Amino acid sequence: MLHFERWKIIAIALVCLAGIIFAMPNLFSKQTVEGWPSWMPHSQLSLGLDLRGGAHLLLSMDTIELEKDWLLTLRGDVRKQLRDAKIGFTGLGIVGNSVQVRIAKPEQTERAYAELKKMIQPLGNVILGSSGEDIEVVQAGPDALTVRPTSQGMRQRLTSAASASVETVRRRVDSLGTTEPTIVRQGEDRILVQVPGFDDTRALKDVIGQTAKLTFHALHPRITGEEAKQTRVPLNYKIYPSDESEGSGDYLLQERPIVSGEDLVDAQPGFDQRTNEPIITFRFNQSGARKFGRFTKDNVGSPFAIVLDNKVLSAPVIREAILGGSGQISGSFTVESANSLAIQLRSGALPTKLTIIEERTVGPSLGADSIEAGEFAVLVGTVAVAGFMIFAYGLFGLFAVIAVLINLTLILAVMTLMGSTLTLPGIAGLVLTVGMAVDANVLIYERIREELRTGKTAISAVEGGFTKAFVTILDSNLTTLIAAIVMFWLGAGPIRGFAVTLSLGIFGTIFTAFTVTRLLAALWIAAQKTRKIPAPI
Amino acid sequence: MFKGVDFFPHGTKIPVMEWRRFCVSISLIATLLAIALLSTKGLNFGIDFKGGSLFEIQTKSGNVDIADLRSRLGELGLGEVQIQGLDEATDALIRVEQQEGGEVAQQAAADKVQDALGEEIEIRRVEVVGPAVSGELQQAGIIAVAVAMIGILLYIWFRFEWQFGIAAILALVHDIVITVGLFSLLGFDFGLSEVAALLTLAGYSINDSVVVFDRIRENLRRYKKLPLADLLNLSINEMLSRTVITSTTTFLAVFALYVFGTEVIRGFSFAMLFGILIGTWSSIFIASPFLLWVGVKRDWSGAVAKSGTAAGRA
Repeated sequence: MLHFERWKIIAIALVCLAGIIFAMPNLFSKQTVEGWPSWMPHSQLSLGLDLRGGAHLLLSMDTIELEKDWLLTLRGDVRKQLRDAKIGFTGLGIVGNSVQVRIAKPEQTERAYAELKKMIQPLGNVILGSSGEDIEVVQAGPDALTVRPTSQGMRQRLTSAASASVETVRRRVDSLGTTEPTIVRQGEDRILVQVPGFDDTRALKDVIGQTAKLTFHALHPRITGEEAKQTRVPLNYKIYPSDESEGSGDYLLQERPIVSGEDLVDAQPGFDQRTNEPIITFRFNQSGARKFGRFTKDNVGSPFAIVLDNKVLSAPVIREAILGGSGQISGSFTVESANSLAIQLRSGALPTKLTIIEERTVGPSLGADSIEAGEFAVLVGTVAVAGFMIFAYGLFGLFAVIAVLINLTLILAVMTLMGSTLTLPGIAGLVLTVGMAVDANVLIYERIREELRTGKTAISAVEGGFTKAFVTILDSNLTTLIAAIVMFWLGAGPIRGFAVTLSLGIFGTIFTAFTVTRLLAALWIAAQKTRKIPAPI
Repeated sequence: MFKGVDFFPHGTKIPVMEWRRFCVSISLIATLLAIALLSTKGLNFGIDFKGGSLFEIQTKSGNVDIADLRSRLGELGLGEVQIQGLDEATDALIRVEQQEGGEVAQQAAADKVQDALGEEIEIRRVEVVGPAVSGELQQAGIIAVAVAMIGILLYIWFRFEWQFGIAAILALVHDIVITVGLFSLLGFDFGLSEVAALLTLAGYSINDSVVVFDRIRENLRRYKKLPLADLLNLSINEMLSRTVITSTTTFLAVFALYVFGTEVIRGFSFAMLFGILIGTWSSIFIASPFLLWVGVKRDWSGAVAKSGTAAGRA
């Protein structure tokens, strides 16, 4: 166990060196690190909200409302579908999670079934291809038909509602001018909002809760926005700025919208079947469809404006009357811009109510205090443990301390490289690692002392200590690792941060005990000039 | 070359197995007391598990007037409002119980408190946990402890024998129940970070037991004829110096955390400090006596190859 081949020594040294290099930026301020030459690593550990201060909100979508909305739309669709096909029906209603209808003349049931089947839409993105169907139509009796969302369909609704909500929330949070907010879907129906360095949750909640306004407006037939600005704005018209700075300038729009976003049911990116250029298809509910149909019929060839939060997103030209409640927006879209506009359209209004189910906010001053307290605890803990180890084992104790310091460095380096976040519980994990990591060395050293007492020479005692303690160290650390993995797997935010440092610490402990400490011990033995080496500890 | 101080006596012959009845009785009484406490007084669950809101505040000038705060917040009609001063006289913790009426009521209550605190007080930390999340966290906490225990049991079973696995888990249950019982006794907040402490404590306590088990297994191979009680005594005594030194270093580190850490990790470090003591006790006085009671396989000659290590001594 004490013989090291040259390449192994080099490898160990390289690992330690890499650890030091990658952990180093964390010791300096951000400004200092930015000034370093480009070949040096610049990444620093990101601090959790509990250390840098910030707001954390967990929002929950109302899935029941989402399903109810869909069923209401489906009921309307069924009514329209059957009326258009001139099939008489009675008892159209929502029962549980399905829409049921009775066909007046049983002999028409077959035809009604075929008609309702036309409502089925393939699932999945038009661009990405489809899989499965959103609803199913079942014949429940000689004259009874049932239309029911499939679980796949429901899941897709949820996903699309979630991505729309995330987009909306992001746009709203961005309007606060904060840096690097994290807004992600969590689980099935949750949205996590984290805004570092921002502790005014009141303002945050207000801005998230506000309703975004999506509206469709008619443009003034003759006067442009620029002209109106220079002369005067006609009655019932208003100037709206453009969302993009593409030089499209301002628009003069009718103040009263044709249709508003509450009537929009869906918007998806797609391709025009004739020209193959990217477009956005959208769908209104019944009342929206009626209003929009009337307007477009009268205004073929002229543009209308899509306005989001009082900014004009785009002003496409109406190619044909849009009567069915669904239509398409074409323009100079790319696949990406079509996709993002579709998301924005969907997210214009929040698809469902968002409820705040968890809130954790830390003010920046408390965060700073926590960092200070954490650093101090690590320092005091390390010094106390180091002092004790040197007291108990002398030079070999110092070796153990070096190993622990390298262990800490490696943990920080790996966390920096992985881009993980250091939290206050994470710091607690570091302190605990300092205390528990030396256990490996204690096991080895106590073993060496036992071997020495049986009258072995220093070399074979040290050799025996490392060899025989190995299994014990492995066993004892792996059991702790099991607990750490469980914490990471099941734990919520704060516990996870702790589990990360603790498990990295365990790997670091095993690594350093059998490379760093062992190498130092071997080097010490090799450095002894006498043939009769004194007992080292 | 400087050598360390080998301060811990070696070759001790503490007759642990002869004391086992006394020690196990103490543990048993403590465990029963803890269970009795838990079933009568119960745990003071933090907002992670119970729902509700928590505010850590600091006055902008002067000290916190807790009586004034209490009367101001009491008028809001939010049910139970606890106010607790912190180490700094300018700081305090306010806890508001879970409100009837779900998530929305929760948020409304938090807003009311923030309004009532006024401009003179800086709110340094706000936590509001609604019923949905607290329910999930509760469940996740219980599952986490259970899964960790099962994982550890399986690992030890695989590495040793089932007797060792059961012994380690018994020691572990003992540690966890008594620690939780202590939280009940002292009325400390029990939240997510305390569950993390319990899991760490589980890892630590098992760590201690495994080290002793390892030596027991080694000695079983070495002394084939030695009575089991003597063998267990010998193993525990041989490992005593290590147990004490490791417990000391871990205790030192966690003590630094307890003294210098902020309010957030106070409960965690307290649980760990106590856990280190009780984990050490249980690996000596619970796990090993259990082995004596159920007996273990004496012929481990075949197991050397199985464990595939150099642990066997000639």
